Amino acid sequence: MSTNQQPVFIALQANNDTLPIIEAIQSDNPLAVVHEYPAMVKIDAPGRLVIKRTSIEERIGRAFDLREIQINLISLSGELDETEDEITLQWRDIP
Amino acid sequence: MTVEIRVQTVKPVRNTFGHIARRFGDKPASRYQEATYDLQSEVNFHYKPLWDPDRDLYDRRRTAITMRDWYALRDPRQYYYGSYTMARARQQEAADRQMDFAEKRELLRSLPEATQRAIVFGLVPLRHYEWGANMNLCYIAAYGYGTAITQAAMMSTMDRLGMAQHLSRIGLLVDGNSGASLAEAKKFWMDHAAWQPLRREVERLFVTRDWFELLVAQALVADGLLYPLFYQRIETYLSRGQGPGLATVIDPLMRWYEETAKWVDAVIKPVIAENTHNRDYVMGWAEKWRGAFLSALTPLAEATMGPDGAVALKDVNAELGARLAKL
Repeated sequence: MSTNQQPVFIALQANNDTLPIIEAIQSDNPLAVVHEYPAMVKIDAPGRLVIKRTSIEERIGRAFDLREIQINLISLSGELDETEDEITLQWRDIP
Repeated sequence: MTVEIRVQTVKPVRNTFGHIARRFGDKPASRYQEATYDLQSEVNFHYKPLWDPDRDLYDRRRTAITMRDWYALRDPRQYYYGSYTMARARQQEAADRQMDFAEKRELLRSLPEATQRAIVFGLVPLRHYEWGANMNLCYIAAYGYGTAITQAAMMSTMDRLGMAQHLSRIGLLVDGNSGASLAEAKKFWMDHAAWQPLRREVERLFVTRDWFELLVAQALVADGLLYPLFYQRIETYLSRGQGPGLATVIDPLMRWYEETAKWVDAVIKPVIAENTHNRDYVMGWAEKWRGAFLSALTPLAEATMGPDGAVALKDVNAELGARLAKL
């Protein structure tokens, strides 16, 4: 895993669909800080931020496709690694 | 001149309704929470029901089950009117496509005569079972306590009509839209000896007074035995060597069952966990109705699957046993 602690972030629209997603991110990333702006929620995390499908599904009570995040996604920074089970944002060490 | 654009944030004074905030804290609430929690009328029942003068209009005492908080019976699918109708509309669209496919390719019409007759005998009469289930869930919605369970029960009543309609459409696929299969299936339901025990149990449910017993009997036990038996075992039996034509049109029923079973388990679990008094009641009801429905389904399993029927029913009963043990 990377040791780089440069901040990564993801910004989502603030609406009913993203409430459980934000909750899931908060519980999976204890170091993440949630900033609420008008109509937008920006989540900063040092080095690494992970979004897990199972954590979101637990909260919404149905199957969730991580690509559904795109509908409410405003912006993000960090190197993106996306699988069916999780989306990870992090800055990799330069070899 | 420089123009500085700054963001002015106006914090809302409150994030949700007072009764939701008292339960979950003052933070943005989900639509399901807002449409469910603490909506049940609890006080000021100044009109006493003439039909039940010992109790109030809405009364916790209409079941032997006791709960400190009836909202523990939450729906894991988080269905409120909006999310429910959207989810069902999507599923109906998919089911319609499957039916279209089956109709265009004559998947059922091209089955051998004997298999078509077996479908009319073994599956189409279940539309009357579904109507019975609709009645029973109506009763739960009417006499149950707490919006968490009553709204889910109300939605389930509509599901049951949908299931009945789907079974009717299967009948129409077999008889080429003449409706003859529906009339014939009703005769089986009303008069055929193999169907009478099941019909009797459905009618006994109509006169079951305790609404939670009714939920256990209908949604947990009766559906838990009947759905896997008819839509898995009998379907597989009838489709032997016939290709997946029948499975195509049965699939939506089984998908609905799997989804609904999650709700049923999630409703029964907190009730059992609440106290041993509840556990004894629920398990007692489950065993009582399990026995009743097992013996009611025995002649049907035999009439539809011959000697394989007993084995299939035993498997299905074992599955229900495993499900009950996990509660």
